[in-house]
Amino acid sequence: MKRSQDRLVRYSPLDRANHWTMVIAFVLLALSGLAFFHPAFFFLSHSLGGPVWARILHPFLGLLLVLLFVAMAVRHVSRNLLGENDVQWMRQIGDVLDNRDDKLPPIGKYNPGQKLVFWALVVSIAALLVSGVIMWRPWFAGYFPIPLIRLASLVHALAAFVAIVTIVVHVYAALWVKGSIRSMTQGWVTRAWARHHHGLWAREQEEKQRREQQP
Amino acid sequence: MINSQNIIARSATTTPPPQARSHVEEVAKLIDVSKCIGCKACQVACMEWNDLRDEVGECHGTYDNPTDLTAESWTVMRFSEHETADGNLEWLIRKDGCMHCAEPGCLTACPAPGAIVQYANGIVDFDSNHCIGCGYCITGCPFDIPRISPKDSKSYKCTLCSDRVNAGMEPACVKTCPTNCIEFGTKADMLDRAAKRVGDLKALGFRDAGIYDPAGVGGTHVMYVLHHANDPNRYSGLPKDPRISPLVGAWKGVTKPIMAAIIGITAFAGVIHYVTKGPKEEPEESADADPTALGYDATRRRDDADDRPHGGDR
Ligand code: HEM
Ligand code: SF4
Ligand code: SF4
Repeated sequence: MKRSQDRLVRYSPLDRANHWTMVIAFVLLALSGLAFFHPAFFFLSHSLGGPVWARILHPFLGLLLVLLFVAMAVRHVSRNLLGENDVQWMRQIGDVLDNRDDKLPPIGKYNPGQKLVFWALVVSIAALLVSGVIMWRPWFAGYFPIPLIRLASLVHALAAFVAIVTIVVHVYAALWVKGSIRSMTQGWVTRAWARHHHGLWAREQEEKQRREQQP
Repeated sequence: MINSQNIIARSATTTPPPQARSHVEEVAKLIDVSKCIGCKACQVACMEWNDLRDEVGECHGTYDNPTDLTAESWTVMRFSEHETADGNLEWLIRKDGCMHCAEPGCLTACPAPGAIVQYANGIVDFDSNHCIGCGYCITGCPFDIPRISPKDSKSYKCTLCSDRVNAGMEPACVKTCPTNCIEFGTKADMLDRAAKRVGDLKALGFRDAGIYDPAGVGGTHVMYVLHHANDPNRYSGLPKDPRISPLVGAWKGVTKPIMAAIIGITAFAGVIHYVTKGPKEEPEESADADPTALGYDATRRRDDADDRPHGGDR
């Protein structure tokens, strides 16, 4: 067992519960949405109990996702603004991809790649919400002119594409950077992991820990 | 699907349809607007043959009744009063309903395999059994024709009486029309009839008379003879140059396979990156061995603000 000082808390139980509920909602949304997206994926409509159920349930799941996402986004938005060393980190994206991590400057809780994922999802999920409601039959589409529904359908497909590609990148990053998945399943990272990948955040957290440990 | 051997296009299907037969002749319904007296016998015949009983609606102060197409009113007479430049009134009556486009926007947009089919004779038919109720057909149609039923969330529209036509009969509306304003036959014959009627109308002084068989949707299997073919809009908003909207084209066109491919390539790039560059292994705990690695002594318990570098708050 590692001593508790060797761990840093990264996500609270509530953060984790929210994240994995979003995972379930997003996967079901992406599968059912892709079923309408192109005939090659129509069989995926069985992910929600068949094509008609997929059509009925998809928008409601979308609303659930939006609620959870907003709850997450407001808690984390301040950590996702451009921060110290971010520009330098981006310039060294080659080092990032080649795993030459020792050459990278220390960065905050999220690196610029993670921040890009955050903002790509903010934009695409907002677009999905607005366009999705405009397309939504039988409840809402009838209130909108057909040319607007056409535009919304195109926007919804494009935004879904952006969101899905972003999530593919997000999932890959989690698999690539060992030690990060545990932060979202159990909530903590090792002190070494934090210093290695998020030096500025590690320093901040360690100082906080030290202050809390003061007699 | 009685006519399944003759399906030449099928919604949400990327493989070729049955093709063994190729001798089927295209049919068309011709509506000569100049002969219509607005009696609505065709609406009644449509209800009767298709066994539809729409709600009794309300009078809105016009002859339009019902005022719009519904899932249970597949054809509707639209009345418009047009004032000509010389102060005369024209009372224009158009029988509205599915045009049975050669290039149907509804079929292009529909995501459910087989929910919309097109027969070799040109009829575009909805197979409600496969319909999922998404309404994409409404989004795709340039004529605003399909309607989703509030009862069962399936989409409906005129079938051109595909069941009657398949049995060698003309559509119910054609059979019932008392003025022969609606005619039915092969598309070639109907074009001939239409040309003759246009000649008659021109002789009567309607210089702009013409056939409405819009090329933008590849021609239609329901055609109009209009006394003012130069201004179809006059007939309760009949579109002048209908075609599948470019937005629908962009939505349903090459963008989809391209986007699908990029999603796949992104995932594949991940696999390749992982097996070539490898993961970022979890750093050794021994990073703790040098507690001053970040420029301060992490083992110090005293909060000594001065010798600590400032990392910002994020
Ligand atoms: C935010 C709330 C959302 C709403 C209200 C919504 C609503 C809709 C609606 C109404 C449709 C048409 C099919 C149907 O009636 O079920 C649709 C299609 C679709 N949705 Fe969503 N959706 C939402 C979120 C999402 C998300 C997060 C994704 C991606 C993961 C997504 C992906 C798709 C895709 C790919 C389609 C097919 C688009 C096409 O046919 O081109 N949706 N959505
Ligand atoms: S008029 Fe509309 S519903 Fe009829 S075939 Fe053309 S696109 Fe389809
Ligand atoms: S409502 Fe039915 S017919 Fe219309 S596009 Fe959707 S599945 Fe196809």
